[in-house]
Amino acid sequence: MSLIKKNLDRRGVLKGSAAAGLAAPMFFNGSAFAEGENYLNAPKGKSVTFGFNVPQTGAYADEGADELRAYKLAVKHLNGEGDGGMMNTFKPSNLKGNGILGKKVEFVTGDTQTKSDAARSSAKKMIEADKAIMITGGSSSGVAIAVQSLCQEAGVIFMAGLTHSNDTTGKDKRANGFRHFFNGFQSGAALAPVLENAYGKDRKAYHLTADYTWGWTIEQSISEATQAKGWETVETVRTPLGAGDFSQYLTPVLNSGADVLVLNHYGKDMVNSLTQAVKFGMRDKQVNGKDFTIVVPLYSRLMAQGAGENVKGIFGSTNWHWSLTDDGSKAFVKSFGQEYGFPPSQAAHTCYVQTLLYANAAETAGTFNPCGIVEALEDFEFDGLGNGPTLYRGADHQCFKDVLVVKGNENPTSKFDILEVVEVTPAEQVIYDPEHEMFAGGELGECNAGAA
Amino acid sequence: MKILTHPTSSVDSTMMFIFVAAVLTMPIWLTPIGAAYPDLMQRFVIFGLFATGFNILFGLTGYLSFGHAAFLGIGSYTAVWSFKLLGMNPIPAAIFAVVVSGVFALIIGYVSLRRSGIYFSILTLAFAQMCYAIAYSDLIGKFLGINLTNGETGLRVLADDPRIMDGVLTSGIDTSALTVNLFGLDLTHTWVWNGFQFNAGFYFCAFVLIIASYIAMRIFRSPFGLMLKAVKTNQNRLNYTGVNTKPYTLAAFVISGMYAGLAGALLCITDPLAGAERMQWTASGEVVLMVILGGMGTLMGPMLGAGIIKFSEQKFSTWGKPELHEFLAFIPDGIRDTVVSVASLFVGSGWHLTLGLVFMLIVIFLPGGIVEGGRRILMIVTGSNRRNRQIQAAAQAAE
Amino acid sequence: MDAIILQVLNGLEKGGAYALIALGLTLIFGTLGVVNFAHGALFMLGAFCAVIMRSLLTYEVATGEVEATAWGTEVAVTTPYVTNLFGDFGNTLIDWAVPVSILLTIPVMLIVGLVMERGLIRHFYKRPHAEQILVTFGLAIVLAELIKAQFGANPIPVPEPAALGGMADFSGIFGSEPGTITYPMWRFVYFLFSAFIILVVFCFLKFTTFGMVVRAGMEDRETVGLLGINIGKRFTFMFAVSAMIAGLAGAMYTPIISPDYNIGMEFLVLSFVVVVVGGMGSLGGAVSAGFLLGLLQSFSAMNEVKAIIPGIDQIIIYLVAIIVLLVRPRGLMGRKGVMET
Repeated sequence: MSLIKKNLDRRGVLKGSAAAGLAAPMFFNGSAFAEGENYLNAPKGKSVTFGFNVPQTGAYADEGADELRAYKLAVKHLNGEGDGGMMNTFKPSNLKGNGILGKKVEFVTGDTQTKSDAARSSAKKMIEADKAIMITGGSSSGVAIAVQSLCQEAGVIFMAGLTHSNDTTGKDKRANGFRHFFNGFQSGAALAPVLENAYGKDRKAYHLTADYTWGWTIEQSISEATQAKGWETVETVRTPLGAGDFSQYLTPVLNSGADVLVLNHYGKDMVNSLTQAVKFGMRDKQVNGKDFTIVVPLYSRLMAQGAGENVKGIFGSTNWHWSLTDDGSKAFVKSFGQEYGFPPSQAAHTCYVQTLLYANAAETAGTFNPCGIVEALEDFEFDGLGNGPTLYRGADHQCFKDVLVVKGNENPTSKFDILEVVEVTPAEQVIYDPEHEMFAGGELGECNAGAA
Repeated sequence: MKILTHPTSSVDSTMMFIFVAAVLTMPIWLTPIGAAYPDLMQRFVIFGLFATGFNILFGLTGYLSFGHAAFLGIGSYTAVWSFKLLGMNPIPAAIFAVVVSGVFALIIGYVSLRRSGIYFSILTLAFAQMCYAIAYSDLIGKFLGINLTNGETGLRVLADDPRIMDGVLTSGIDTSALTVNLFGLDLTHTWVWNGFQFNAGFYFCAFVLIIASYIAMRIFRSPFGLMLKAVKTNQNRLNYTGVNTKPYTLAAFVISGMYAGLAGALLCITDPLAGAERMQWTASGEVVLMVILGGMGTLMGPMLGAGIIKFSEQKFSTWGKPELHEFLAFIPDGIRDTVVSVASLFVGSGWHLTLGLVFMLIVIFLPGGIVEGGRRILMIVTGSNRRNRQIQAAAQAAE
Repeated sequence: MDAIILQVLNGLEKGGAYALIALGLTLIFGTLGVVNFAHGALFMLGAFCAVIMRSLLTYEVATGEVEATAWGTEVAVTTPYVTNLFGDFGNTLIDWAVPVSILLTIPVMLIVGLVMERGLIRHFYKRPHAEQILVTFGLAIVLAELIKAQFGANPIPVPEPAALGGMADFSGIFGSEPGTITYPMWRFVYFLFSAFIILVVFCFLKFTTFGMVVRAGMEDRETVGLLGINIGKRFTFMFAVSAMIAGLAGAMYTPIISPDYNIGMEFLVLSFVVVVVGGMGSLGGAVSAGFLLGLLQSFSAMNEVKAIIPGIDQIIIYLVAIIVLLVRPRGLMGRKGVMET
């Protein structure tokens, strides 16, 4: 053996494993990958390390903290501690509650600061120094896209956390990246009929949009979906991310002739812009003989809490809500509530689910090899994780499931009871072609397993 | 001019030799402290380069720029555009980054140097914030109708970019992975030997740093460097003697801007994504911290400061109570809980508090930074303190 | 037309905040000759005085009852102790937490200012400006991090009194249709408040002996000292006053933007630009530049303006600063020789 061991040509491994993947039978048994442990950060000892890369500081810190809680809970359940949560309702599942493939699950955490730079650096650190086999988390699409492409280049799996931009599984999709969360297009498709019912066909909408990938795609999705119902988009204005004071963007709305304000903002931006819009009297206004209304396309209970009274009666969409009564949701809310004393957010839910899905894929594939995981997750159909029957589509690595349309609760019974679910839009209504124009232009490419 | 003491060239050669050896063996001697993974070592080297360049302006002339992160960002964007258009070779990327950031430094420097003192600091700050806003919202790109900086996501190399030279220079090599390669050598490649990680990208950066440090040393020792020091000591006196100091300060500004641009390019060479956040004014503040912590106006200080800050950032910012318990295991159980709960304020997400405190203490008590601290300790040990003071006193009396 | 009036109102409110911070900054420049990068942190501390006041008033005590939660655990029912003590007056007190917090902000910020000046800044009078910037920059980080350690990283909503929460209708004044020119009441109150503070500071400096001495000291510290006046003590006091102004500006700003630990940093850069545009050491310059830049920022966000130059709203402040400094190197109202070395 020579002293300096040159790595195997990564591309060679990649092609070999991809070919093996293609050759594998429909009901994949994992043996093709299990024998060769030629992939990056293959776990050597009795444990396997996940990298939880969440925003711990900055505008999305609230969400990040809740994601981290969910991850810790998922790790507990995977290792057979606690009450098992959704592991009991998840089917079809190969999870055994003894870690994954007999290895105990451990984790490292990193702070994305909601900045692409910092998030990539922190992910790199987890891959290089902590030997993380999978990176997950994030609460912003810009960050998710940046980290997803890093994971593709490095050769580890990225299980996206909260990211709602069409681009994550659209033009920036990657073979190593998977998204359970829904997206802007689906929000538009689910919201438009409800908005039409509530506010009629003849409406003029004014969009304020956070100036980054998520904002652009949600703006496009909502305005196209509502225009199809007869609405008119009067103006779309981009606001810098983290603007804080939106007053100079709100004042032109008042006299623009619009009667609907669509706030394509999330997190701290949404809390600020919604609160300020309400303070600008937009909920008490009459325009064109109709009541002026506000729409928030993507809701999160955490930020609704920050906006307080102001969310009452305002429509939006959400990926999941703790008041759902299916078995999976109930099991998760109970388990999370007992651990932390309050119900989980949608961010927490998607992160918990992503961790279980990854773990299950590893069990199914019989390996942590990213290409095995990809194989196991693609076109995987499952149920019992809170959103009803769900498909992980292989063509773009996007989950398809029911979308919730919610409204700010007029009479909340507790400080967590802020949103009420007004409609569960079935998955068939929000499915789209992978080559839909809002998603076209990207390539999944081949899975990358890195090098040993 | 002769009064200024001048280290002999043999001292410089020895120092340079030790420095080169230290940089090249980083993957080995950093292993015991858990810092020998490629990402962090690359950061040591890149931010060391950034700080060294900043020191040429701040350390020599005393002009405090609060906007150097702008050049870091400009260098990064230029490098990624070079990847996108020309191909994934780091050399044109680095050259273009230096040139473009130099041009920007010339413009910004020309304007900002019309003022001095606090005005200069705030002008550079205003310029940098403007560059940041332009990059973050891709204002010029929107104006021109192209995707110049890709806003918040950051500029990346995409599979369908032209990369015209890729086929020519690296014929027969698969470049579809979009990682940077030096004529076919993948810079993300890591050779592993006895558990030590030797990363190609790190060595590329280290090589650049060594050359840049040598140039910085030559600048420090040159008549040009002496002139800059004179600007710092008393600009008025220079002006009265008929010396126009502006060309000198402008040259220093441009050189330090080019160093920053080069550092920015290296950031993208190791990870081909240019994000606007690295242009924010807090990033400019960080390089000031590095230089002050290490020792402004010294050759090795800035590099030391950059290393310490990047190391602590990676280590302390991920520590929590369990790590502290482990670290402080030598303290008896009863007291340890209290110690840990106090100490946990200063690690994890609170590590910026530590940074701020250390920084204040350094500015208050040790304005010369760690290098001066080391020198003082050395003096106490060798007992040369008193003699030195006498020399200083004599020199002051002579003025 | 209505749109322009609305943006003027908006600019005045923004300008009010800028002017208050810049006023304090330039007072410190003028009196002590110190560049205070921690001034934004003082604004932030003021904002957290309001947060503290509100949490003091809304501190809840258990009533002894328990209720079940949706996920099957029990929590104790609580009510604010102020309501228990004072009944309806207690609720009014909670509602008016922000204005009431001024009573807390003034003493706290005066003390913070005194401690800062005596404990730290005073040692830096003779040190280079670069070191003053650096040490106060370090202090700003420390203060922000301490607040973060205590209150977390997320913005904390602080509502204004319900009576001042609605919209003020200015349509009548400008002869427009009712309901066309409406502006949030609290933002207008903030503008009035900042104008009032500025007026008080100017009157104080103009019409009191103390103020006269301070102004004289700003002109020529040494001569005033030679007259046997302890100018140092007065300057220390002015530092505390500047801290208080920043604190008040912050406390009253909380209903407009929910404060977090970083809010000071966000304002700091802007307020420095304001001071430089106004002219370092000129109080009138700081105030007028504050309002000027507030107005410009508001106008540049109008869709009609952005249609001509996209994104101008995000860089206008810096652009103006650069142009002003090139055309009038000492700023709009700056005096010769201030802070030039």
